[in-house]
Order: sequence, then C-alpha cells, then structure tokens
Amino acid sequence: MVDQWARRMLIAFALAFLGLFVGLPILTVFLEAFAHGLGPYFDKLREPETLAAIRLTLVVAAIAVPLNVVFGLSAAWLISKYRFPGKSLVVSVIDLPFSVSPVVAGLIYVLLFGKRGLLGTWLEGHGVSIIFAAPGILLATVFVTFPFVAREVLPLMQDQGSDEEEAALTLGAGGWRIFAQVTLPKVKWGLLYGVILCNARAMGEFGAVSVVSGHIRGQTNTMPLQIEILYNEYDTVGAFALASLLMLLSLATLIAKKAIERRQHP
Amino acid sequence: MNLSVRNVTKRFPAKATPAVFDACFTATSGGITTLLGPSGSGKTTLLRVVAGLETADEGQVLFDDRDVTRVPARARGIGLVFQAFALFNHMTVSRNIAYGLEVRGASEKEKRERVLELLELVQLDRYGDRFPRQLSGGERQRVGFARALACRPEILLLDEPFAALDARVRVELREWLTRLHESTRLTTILVTHDQDEALELSAQIVVMDQGRVVQVGTPGEIYDDPKTPFVASFVGTANVLRGRVEGEKVTIGPLSVSAPRGAKEGARVQAIVRPHNVRVAKNDAEHPERSVGTVTRVVGLGSFVKLQLEIPSHDPMTVQLTRTEAESMGLATGDKVIVDLAEARIFFEDYSI
Repeated sequence: MVDQWARRMLIAFALAFLGLFVGLPILTVFLEAFAHGLGPYFDKLREPETLAAIRLTLVVAAIAVPLNVVFGLSAAWLISKYRFPGKSLVVSVIDLPFSVSPVVAGLIYVLLFGKRGLLGTWLEGHGVSIIFAAPGILLATVFVTFPFVAREVLPLMQDQGSDEEEAALTLGAGGWRIFAQVTLPKVKWGLLYGVILCNARAMGEFGAVSVVSGHIRGQTNTMPLQIEILYNEYDTVGAFALASLLMLLSLATLIAKKAIERRQHP
Repeated sequence: MNLSVRNVTKRFPAKATPAVFDACFTATSGGITTLLGPSGSGKTTLLRVVAGLETADEGQVLFDDRDVTRVPARARGIGLVFQAFALFNHMTVSRNIAYGLEVRGASEKEKRERVLELLELVQLDRYGDRFPRQLSGGERQRVGFARALACRPEILLLDEPFAALDARVRVELREWLTRLHESTRLTTILVTHDQDEALELSAQIVVMDQGRVVQVGTPGEIYDDPKTPFVASFVGTANVLRGRVEGEKVTIGPLSVSAPRGAKEGARVQAIVRPHNVRVAKNDAEHPERSVGTVTRVVGLGSFVKLQLEIPSHDPMTVQLTRTEAESMGLATGDKVIVDLAEARIFFEDYSI
C-alpha cells in the first residue's frame, strides 16, 4: 500500500515538474506566437530582418557542423588509434568548450580579432573584419560546438578497438578505404547523434555569438539574437513566432535523436 | 613457405621491459607452429610483428629468403584470424569473405566463385547472405578463417582463435582446424595460452615467457624434456619441489634422488615431476619410518585416479595412477605411502638475477 502511494506520488511529482518547467513554457511559446492568428504569425516570419537572421543561422550551422564532423572524426581517430605525447592534453582540450562560459568564449575572439586585438589590427589593414561580422559568429559557433561530434564518436572508437581495421589492413586495404568501409560504418550512429546535437547547439547558441555579433540588424543577427531584440521591443508575436521556429527545429532534433536511439538498441 | 624470426626485439614506449626480446624460431613450411605462453609473455606481440601490424625494433622476419621486416602488413600476403573475430558486422558473410578480393579489384565472377568455394570449405554453404550477428561464435570464427584464406595467403596467422568460444565449441573447432590444415597445408602460426590446444595441434611449439623464447621443440620434446622449470610447469601439470644437493644425492625433505653430474654441494635445486611419473606404494606397518607422505584425497577420473599427497614441510603433491594400479594397491585417504621420485627432473635454481 505504502509502496503504491509512494510510487504514485513520485509519478505525480515528476509529471508536475515536467509540466511546469518544460511543457508550460513550450505551450506559452506557441500560444504567444499564434496570439493574433496564423496571418500575423507568417507576416512576422517574413519580415526582412527576421528572414536575414534565419538565413544567417542556417548558413553558420551549414558551415560549422561539417567542420566539426571533420574535426571530431579526426580527433577521435587520432586519440583512439594512436599513442602520442600530449594525448591526455588533447582529450581535455576537447572538453574545454563545455567548461568555459560561452560569454568568455566570445570575449576570447573579441580580444583576438577585435579592433585593438592581437590579430585584429593586422586583419583590418588587409580589409578583413571578423568581429561584428559573420566570420566572427562562425568562429564562436565552431568553438562552442566542437566537442559534440568528438565526444560522441571517441568512446565508440575506443570501445570498438582496431581489430576490424587491422583485419582490413591485412586483407590489403589502404587507409582511406579502411576509414570509409570499416571505421565509418562502425561509428555512423554515434556520428549522426553527434551531428544532431552539434546542429541543435549551433543554431541555438546565444552567449558566445552575442558577444562577437555586434547586433547589426539584418546582417549579424542570428535567430536567438533576433528573438531577444524583438522581445525587448515588445514585439511579442514576432519574438515568439521566431522562437517557435527555433523550437520546432529542436523538437525535430529530439525526434530524430529518439529514432536513432531506437535504431541503435532495437 | 618457411618463416623465420631472427633476434626480434619489440619495445613499447613507457614500458621498462621489452614486450619481445631477442626472439628466434623457424616455422617450417606446411606445418602448424604454436607460440605458447601465459598472458603477457609477448606471444601476441610477436605474431603482430610477423603480421606487420607492429614493426620490430631489432631483428628480422623472413618469408623464405625474403626479408619482410619493413614490408607493411597489407603487402605481406598473410591471412590473420582474430580472437574476437573482427568481422565487418555491417557486411554479409559473403562480402566479408570477398573483402580481400574486392580490395584487389577482382571481378564479380571471380569473387562469387571463390566465396562459394570457401563457404563450402568452412561448412557454411547456406550462410552467405546472413550478417555476422546472426551466427554463433563458432560460425563467426569459421567466417574469419574463410576471409583470411580468400586471397590465398602463403602464411596463416591465428591469434588465439578459439579463446572467445565456449569449451565444447573450442574442442570441435580444434578438430575442424586439424582437418582444414590437412587440406590446405598452409604454414600456420597459432598463438595460444592453452597447452592442450598447443600439444594437440602443433608440429612445433615455441614456448614464451616474459618476452623471451624459452624453448622450441615438438610437443613430445616440450612435454618430456622441458629445458626450464617454467616450461615444465606451464606445459602439462607438474609438481615442483625444492631441495638441496647433499653429496651424491638431492634431498627434498624426507625424499632423495640421485644428483645430476657436476652438482655443487649445497646447491639449491627444483625437482619437477609430472603426476603420472611419481611412483607410490603403500607402506607396510613393519617399517613406519620409511613413510614419507600421507594420502589426503583420492579422486577417480575415468580410467585415472588422482591422489593428493601431503609431505612434511612441502607443498602437497599430485600423483596420477591408472585405475588398475590404484585398485590393486587399495589406496585410501589417510594411508601412509612411500614415494619414488626417480623420474623427477632436477633444475638448479638460478641466483644470478
């Protein structure tokens, strides 16, 4: 009897907690976004500055994610298959973006590439601007997201060892063939999972991007930054319409993640 | 093809002692040579050096007269079978087997024919379209053999191929490997820590301990004429007794055997004797002073009987008798016995370390 009571109480608590802290906010986003109906919702999404923010976010993610796939795979391969001095240092550096505050990450780039930064002066002389421009946003995004792919793929590669690769080697296969036909298929689900997480973060990153962006409307605002601006201007429908789009992207990501997990552990 | 390993040394960074030190042996063409040793003895490292997966720091690996020490694994023309199978799990059994041919750019027809041939050889004729995870351990390892044989290697290397299988399958596959080897006659190197496997399968055994080759010989030579106490106790079971040279004799507690020639007075020795080489007899009541041991356990094992003997101030000794011998003596727990160690091998303990 007591057991059952305890169980029911726990379930009720968990559901109430989730509802209050997750369900309600999600509902609010959509309620606010559609407060004036479908027409205004789509009108708000079609505003040029909002469209520019969507475009910039997609472009940044489209560059940052493939970069991190290449980096993550090569880092994981290097760490799991080779012995080299400084290996443990590399492993800790991969985790760095997880432990450094995104704002600090953004500031690092400002200090490096800003007008009075270490490299900024030289770059400016050559007509290249990084801070308060798309390249800065890209750099900050890559920094914040680079652990995701490596962190998903590395444990897989370490667990699986190199037997299959060595088998392929003794059968005469070369490096690239082994990578494409043996290693990649072994880690593909982990890789996809890493890509999904990396993508979600790349699109949703606020702190680091906010520091380097400069908030130039229609030029250097990503979706999260544009949402903040709209909200601060009391354009709730516009803010929540864009927020709902970002939310849909995250939900799609979550669903894709679930589907992959099911595939991995049938 | 003959395979020679000449003075091979392999060190790994951050390890004080080399994994393999100054290893030499020659595997004769068409036979199974076994690298036998406990884990950490360097046998797998030595096999990997032969395969080209590790490069020897010193020494040479020769295939007939060709020096392959610096030839990469993919160009050595060897077939390697792994302990954990190492099959490509996302490929069908057929594609696994055909992989080496695929890499070499063989035609579809050639691949199909060779795969069918090999599936038949490893008795998996109808399994070509399955995936490795749909097979049992023994079946998977047979796919591993087929894949290794597909490109007609001149040397077959087996890295503890049966260690991941359960006992019954292991014995079955051991017999299967004997038949396979009879039909292919490939020069084969087998790595194992299982002495039964080594004694049963090999034409030649290379016993390794702590990175060194300690003895090379036929199974008979290794078993009957071990060169060191380690070989004696690692291959087959053996009783190890400590004693001392006293005059013409070696004294081992209440026992004594004749000392080998050239023995120094007072030298410490190990006497090693296999359980079936210990002679025991029940002591009669008239001469209780002759008794040296007490039977503490009698275990019947089919046609053999195992006795556990307690000898004062020594480790218990195991003795194996035939059932007929044991029954004619009527030995039982608590009996006092006379023990004859005439067949023990005497090794001088080495204090030079």
